[in-house]
Amino acid sequence: MTTPVLELSGIHKSFGRTQIIRGVDLAVPRGERHAIIGPNGAGKSTLFNLISGRLKPSAGVIRLDGEDVTDARPQEINRRGLARSFQITNIFPRLSVWENVRCAVLGARPYKYSFWHGVDSLAEVQERTEHILHEINLIGRRATAAGVLTYAEQRALEIAITIAGGASIILLDEPTAGMSRREAEHAVALIRRISEGRTLIMIEHDMSVVFDLADRISVLVYGQIIASDAPARIKTNANVQQAYLGTAAA
Amino acid sequence: MTESAGQVAGQVAASRPAAPAWSWLAALRRNGLWLLAALLLAGLPLIFRSGTALTMMSLMGIMIIFALSYNMLLGQTGLLSFGHAVYYGLGAFIVVHAMNAIIRAKLPIPLPVMPLLGGIAGLAFAVIFGSVSTRRGGTAFAMISLGLAELVASSSLILRGFFGGEEGITTNRTRLFRIFDWTFGPQIQVYYLIAAWCLLCMIAMYALTRTPFGRMCNAVRENPERIEFIGCSRTMVRFMAFCLAGFFAGIAGSLAAINFEIVNASYVGVQQSGVVLLAAYIGGTGHFVGPVLGAIVVTYLQTMLSDVTEVWQLYFGLMFIAVVMFAPGGLAGILMMHAPMLRARGWHSLMIPYALLLAAASVAVVGAIVIVELTHHLMVKAADGTVMSLFGISLDAAAPSPWLVAVILAAGGAMLARAAWPIAARALSDAMAEAQTGERS
Repeated sequence: MTTPVLELSGIHKSFGRTQIIRGVDLAVPRGERHAIIGPNGAGKSTLFNLISGRLKPSAGVIRLDGEDVTDARPQEINRRGLARSFQITNIFPRLSVWENVRCAVLGARPYKYSFWHGVDSLAEVQERTEHILHEINLIGRRATAAGVLTYAEQRALEIAITIAGGASIILLDEPTAGMSRREAEHAVALIRRISEGRTLIMIEHDMSVVFDLADRISVLVYGQIIASDAPARIKTNANVQQAYLGTAAA
Repeated sequence: MTESAGQVAGQVAASRPAAPAWSWLAALRRNGLWLLAALLLAGLPLIFRSGTALTMMSLMGIMIIFALSYNMLLGQTGLLSFGHAVYYGLGAFIVVHAMNAIIRAKLPIPLPVMPLLGGIAGLAFAVIFGSVSTRRGGTAFAMISLGLAELVASSSLILRGFFGGEEGITTNRTRLFRIFDWTFGPQIQVYYLIAAWCLLCMIAMYALTRTPFGRMCNAVRENPERIEFIGCSRTMVRFMAFCLAGFFAGIAGSLAAINFEIVNASYVGVQQSGVVLLAAYIGGTGHFVGPVLGAIVVTYLQTMLSDVTEVWQLYFGLMFIAVVMFAPGGLAGILMMHAPMLRARGWHSLMIPYALLLAAASVAVVGAIVIVELTHHLMVKAADGTVMSLFGISLDAAAPSPWLVAVILAAGGAMLARAAWPIAARALSDAMAEAQTGERS
């Protein structure tokens, strides 16, 4: 078997004496759409913060493409091809939609700090930005300040910023939370499109979204993964039924 | 995916105006404002001929560079610095020492290139100090900048060899290598030297805002956390902004040194750092032209007010408070707010409400000035007797009537202004709505 693109082994995280993540092992192969589900407070977002470098684990090792990135800073992890979105929308509110996406495109370019290129004359960046805005259906709002977009538009922009750099591993933290059914369906179609040929890991509460999109599901309960399997098998897993789905389905 | 990217590329290429015959016109349109600025800078001494005006315009040019460099930090990158004069002052000191050394050694280096040396000195010190201070943003950065400013300001009184102690270090700008017989003795020649550097620096700093780095600065200002998750280092962006700001501050400082032919501890002082903050803020940090306007206004007031009244710094402070409270976008913010109306020619409906507000506010301001000046006269200049002259009227500061009139003016004006404020605000929002519908149709 080839090396998994993302591998967590023995990950622990405590804040003071509170243990949030209590020994997580997870291996995600390249190209998989992987969903992480679990009740509130299970540590899902903390797990994302650990993977993306926002927090450092108390113990354990995180590997990207087989390389240890446990102590790497967020921008180093991003440069290795992992990008994440945030559960609470985390955009550049007073910049235009266009600038939001263009900054994210620039972030993955070697001339991101250049002060001798005219930013509007970088044709490849302009094209990529335009392409992404078409993809998320925000091209008509390109001149609008991101802070005044509707909630669903901001969530779409959040995803756009995440994928704009062309990362090969994408972490989405509750991409459809707070959306109407219609908006969520749009979002799912968008996620399906953008995750084509990439590795996707997402936290999601909406079970129809999860079972629709995921190749494999991991169930996180009280900081431990109690099951990690194909959607059909997760549905019938007795532990999961008891710990999570049972209550959610009721 | 590649197919749709190709389509988009095609659309972009098609929508780009590509007629080469028009490119010089497009270039003129794009750079027309700079051409205008150049003509203005060149023509101003022909309009304002007096020595005072020439000196003041020279100081304005210096302050424009300094305030714009400061706004690279505050407005563009979101870094509040209390110690920007460090790079201005150290650039000036290095240049004065270099000029004196050049004069002694009779090196063939002309005066006009000296600001470049000052800029490099400012850059070098910014690299050293910035490597420490830009590791943090927000309050921590502001505090570190204040600490460094104090450090340099107090060193300036200790290291007398370099800083020249209380009296500072003098130089003679006329004794450098001459090109085209320019002596730089007359102020007009110094003005043109400053104007040329001012234009150059303005263009350079504007161009910087239109580079990937400039956009990253804005992104760091807006959301320093998210920037890390799109593959950028906010520390790197802040450090680079800090260094470039130091470079331009050094140029401004060396022009000041050339203008005055003396440099002393006040160049690096905290007060100088305060003035540039005020200039940038009063002008408006949200627009590129803001600090330019602020530099002009603040320099003008500094020069004129200090002739008229001894407590000009108090008025200065009050003005700053007024801007922070009533126009946080600064002068440029006010102008930009009215830009759509000017374009739609919808400003007629604003004239009467604005005139009302202005009149009421002026009454209040006059009342306040009388109170301030009466108080100042009684407390500071009591030995000269109680009779004083204000606005050309002779007043007795000990008599109750001037006080009574002043209080009535101040309070009445303030009340009227408060009443006029909503009327003006209403007129503005109406005019804005109208201008917007006009633009859409």
